[in-house]
Amino acid sequence: MDDLVVQTDGLTKRYGERLAVDSVSMTVRRGEVYGFLGPNGAGKTTTLRMMLGLIRPTAGTASVLGRPAGRPDVIARVGALVEGPGFFPYLSGRDNLRTMARYRGLGDDAVDAALARVDLTDRAGDRFKAYSLGMKQRLGVASALMGEPELIVLDEPTNGLDPAGMADMRALVVSLARGGQTVLLSSHLLAEVQEICDRVGVINGGRLLREARVDELRGEATLRVRATPEDAAIAVAMRVAGEDAVRRTPHGLELGLPASAAPALVRDLVTAGVDVHEVSPTERSLEEVFFEMTTTAPTNAVPTEARVS
Amino acid sequence: MTAVIDNPMTRSTRAELLRLRKWPAVWVTVAVWVALALMFGYLFPYLSYRTGDLSFAGDGDTRAQLLVEMLPAALPTVLVQGLPMFGGALALVLGAIVAGNGYGWGTWKTVFTQGPSRPTTVGGSLVALTIAVVGILALTLVLFTGVSLVVAGVESQAVTWPAAGALLESFGGGFLVLEMWALLGYTLGTVARGPALAVGLGLVWALVVENLLRGVGALLGPVEAVTEVLPGTAGGSLVGALIDVSANPNETPGILDVLSGGQALVTVTAYCVGLVVLVLVLVRRRDVA
Ligand SMILES: Nc1ncnc2c1ncn2[C@@H]1O[C@H](COP(=O)(O)OP(=O)(O)OP(=O)(O)O)[C@@H](O)[C@H]1O
Ligand SMILES: [Mg+2]
Repeated sequence: MDDLVVQTDGLTKRYGERLAVDSVSMTVRRGEVYGFLGPNGAGKTTTLRMMLGLIRPTAGTASVLGRPAGRPDVIARVGALVEGPGFFPYLSGRDNLRTMARYRGLGDDAVDAALARVDLTDRAGDRFKAYSLGMKQRLGVASALMGEPELIVLDEPTNGLDPAGMADMRALVVSLARGGQTVLLSSHLLAEVQEICDRVGVINGGRLLREARVDELRGEATLRVRATPEDAAIAVAMRVAGEDAVRRTPHGLELGLPASAAPALVRDLVTAGVDVHEVSPTERSLEEVFFEMTTTAPTNAVPTEARVS
Repeated sequence: MTAVIDNPMTRSTRAELLRLRKWPAVWVTVAVWVALALMFGYLFPYLSYRTGDLSFAGDGDTRAQLLVEMLPAALPTVLVQGLPMFGGALALVLGAIVAGNGYGWGTWKTVFTQGPSRPTTVGGSLVALTIAVVGILALTLVLFTGVSLVVAGVESQAVTWPAAGALLESFGGGFLVLEMWALLGYTLGTVARGPALAVGLGLVWALVVENLLRGVGALLGPVEAVTEVLPGTAGGSLVGALIDVSANPNETPGILDVLSGGQALVTVTAYCVGLVVLVLVLVRRRDVA
């Protein structure tokens, strides 16, 4: 299918006794920003390496742009930054990109465009080894962008970037997707993924736990209400939201209502003689969902005592 | 220039040439090579010629002979006489750093995700290395020609040029020997995924172990049979055949007459071909992280 840019099937990589990636089947669709999430050592980089043909799967297959991963004709249509930028330390940033551009059959105009895109033009003449961590990272992203590849794979692109750099990177990724390119990015910065990704895959201990749209994962919006007396408040809330949609939590009540329902709810509570201390719309952040998933997952990655019940 | 041939192989070669051309380590290697070659080819012989101290030049030499070997007519000999020892060692270092450093820097990873297949990418790298080897030898020839002309001028000698055939043969043979050592370094750097171990083991092998084995081989038949197929023996014998070592034996270390010229040529060529195949097979399927 042409709208599946990446499709893996039972992708597995074993290093000795350790299953680094365990039967991962994931899909990335054309034009989307896909967030690949997981804690350290989850298997993100290993999966991406298999997609790029850098390492060979122990089992399973990966297809990219409709062809088996790692074929030269596929690789030429993919731009990648995997586990940190790898460049010649003695060459300037520009000469490093010129070298890579030659492999791709691109001219110096593609190099200059990529440098400008990551805001590195000023320092392009400096040697790579003299770059700061963030500058090295940006050069790595620049090299992944050269030649407008159909799929851009970025393994923790904001690694080492300052807050402004991170914001720039997010804007860059969004603009790439707007321009029709597909972006697959791995991260453990959930706030970032939440903001820019359309879909996410959550991996832990080598297993793909879930693959879904970001809003699906975060679930329904809720209203959090602190009001006294609580019993009276619950009675009103049940009338407004339905019996099943009211939960008692240590922080007050949690109602399965959207934020737009708040004014009517408050009116009813006040009419019933209940004192309202606080009403706030809460959306579970991806971070909460992520911690729930990665700490209760049926893997041995987390010791039992550390699990949240 | 719009007429350049553009295919994955030429792209890979041009990319590799770009980064080799701008690599200080390459130029350091070239500079050391040129300095050593000039020192042993002309400077020391000239000093001993001027001072009349013949201890450096070996027992059989007369001053007249020393002078003859510094004139343009002797270029085919002088060009290759340093190759078996320091020439080979430096070529090995060059090959090892070209192949090996990319694993530590992560540059092979980056290069392998650009488009050309691995055999093409590494093939381009080998072509670039070969161009560097030819370039170094050509540079040496140009320098040597200049120096020998200066010697002829200063010593008021008539300039006679060597036969073109002899010069060509010497250049070709010298190239093969250097190429073999460079490919050996490249292979070691690829196997070790780094330059340090490759350079260390390669040099110990080329400069120490082979000589020891040849020493033992003189006493033990089976060991002798093994030493005959070693790269040092093949390279040394090829150079030995080019400069007619049997006429003045024991003059330069590393130059041998163990194998005939024909045998040596076949062995050196076989090494070159075999090492290229080995590198391509190694790189084709391995995990590069
Ligand atoms: N070459 C290797 N040899 C042995 N084990 C490896 C190798 N590469 C990765 N692993 C193991 O595989 C597992 C997954 O590693 P991977 O680098 O894919 O994790 P990751 O999700 O990218 O983590 P991080 O967020 O820290 O980058 C880890 O347990 C790691 O130790
Ligand atoms: Mg990683």
